[in-house]
Amino acid sequence: MRDKVIYILGILGTLLVIGNLHHIFLGMPGEAMQGQIGKMIFVHVPAAIAGFTFYGVAVIGSIGFLITKDFKYDSLAVSSVEVAQVFALINLVTGSIWGHIIWGIWWTWDLRLTSQFMCFMLYLGYLLMRPAVAEATQRATMSAILAIFAAADIPLVIMAIRLHNVRTQHPAPVLETGGLDPTWWPPFLIAIVAFWLIGTALVLVRLRQETVGREIDSLRRELHAV
Amino acid sequence: MKQGLLAALFIARKDLRTEFRTREALNASVSFALVVLMLFSFAFDLGRDEFYDISGGLLWLVYVFAGALIVNRSFIREVPNDCLDVLIASPMPPWALFLGKTIAGFVLLLVVELVSLPVYGLFNNIQWVGVFWKLLGVMILATWGIAVTGVAFSAVTVNVRLRELMLPVLHYPLLVPLLIGAMQISTTLLKGDATDIFQELRIVIVFDLIFTSLALCLIEFILVG
Repeated sequence: MRDKVIYILGILGTLLVIGNLHHIFLGMPGEAMQGQIGKMIFVHVPAAIAGFTFYGVAVIGSIGFLITKDFKYDSLAVSSVEVAQVFALINLVTGSIWGHIIWGIWWTWDLRLTSQFMCFMLYLGYLLMRPAVAEATQRATMSAILAIFAAADIPLVIMAIRLHNVRTQHPAPVLETGGLDPTWWPPFLIAIVAFWLIGTALVLVRLRQETVGREIDSLRRELHAV
Repeated sequence: MKQGLLAALFIARKDLRTEFRTREALNASVSFALVVLMLFSFAFDLGRDEFYDISGGLLWLVYVFAGALIVNRSFIREVPNDCLDVLIASPMPPWALFLGKTIAGFVLLLVVELVSLPVYGLFNNIQWVGVFWKLLGVMILATWGIAVTGVAFSAVTVNVRLRELMLPVLHYPLLVPLLIGAMQISTTLLKGDATDIFQELRIVIVFDLIFTSLALCLIEFILVG
């Protein structure tokens, strides 16, 4: 059953991405000010939204583990963090390319770039620490606590970087200012849905790997006990 | 509650007494602060005014690097002879143990900072005496943030392999908002600017409040599991 769900979500997401890219590159004019590179918005922003969605799922999974001590939640958390990291990296890389062409620089330490990068680094620490803890319950508890600490830090990073004397380069998102052309909304929303679908499929694949890994571990322990 | 607070003070006194007897971490941390200060003098070749522009940033980099040596040892020093297991098994609540260790780490960090501040001023020709009391206020607030998160991570990573490598990777990114606030306030104070520092101060205080309460709530999961 789960196999079918993974295939359906994955194929649906991939088809949406292919169809959407076809429409974006061949059926749409370039952005009025920026030309073709302006179309980066269809990858850059949906990747950020999908990334934050999965970070959110990871935090829910982490809280779930602390309350229930059920390893399912730990698996959900780590799978979601891994997928969120991929989307965050896509967001950072596409943003950097976009910035290089429009601003003339690959990177600048401003509000959105810094907060996204910090988020990436915090959860990178999470992923690095996991293999360094041998005992499963301990690993899950430490990871859950780290995920919650990291989530609490992100609003503060954003607050800190919004201070009056900090440079800003990134424009206010057109989604907040309402500056996105009506014809750009459908492919934009489709891109978000496609990323969500692909992300969910990947989380499900990783969830199964985690479950199987845990079963192998317990079998190995049983074998040693005998 | 009152008993817990008394236990916390007891733990803090125990940690401070142990540290002041050997002065291992304290000496290492102060020496490290001096080394970092010396390295900065090679790294930057700036005029007096330009140096004031980055003065707060440098000061806090020294503090945070040197401070990590102290707070990160908080829990690991209890591992030999199974002292940590005894502390956890004792009737004292886990939050009291954590609070006691944080208070001790905070005091030790403050000592390192107060020792390295005159050296920093001397090496870099920075006038800090006139703003000392305001600077001390910032140091107290930001140092509490460093201590509370550092001790929490020290507890989290107590059973982690390669913990010395893991801790900076986990701890420094978390400190970013606190450091941004503390660095900007310190630069403003040292430069003698009349800029309003209320916003920065708010971030430092909010950081302290959030992470103190979060750590106190979660410490039972960290220590007991």
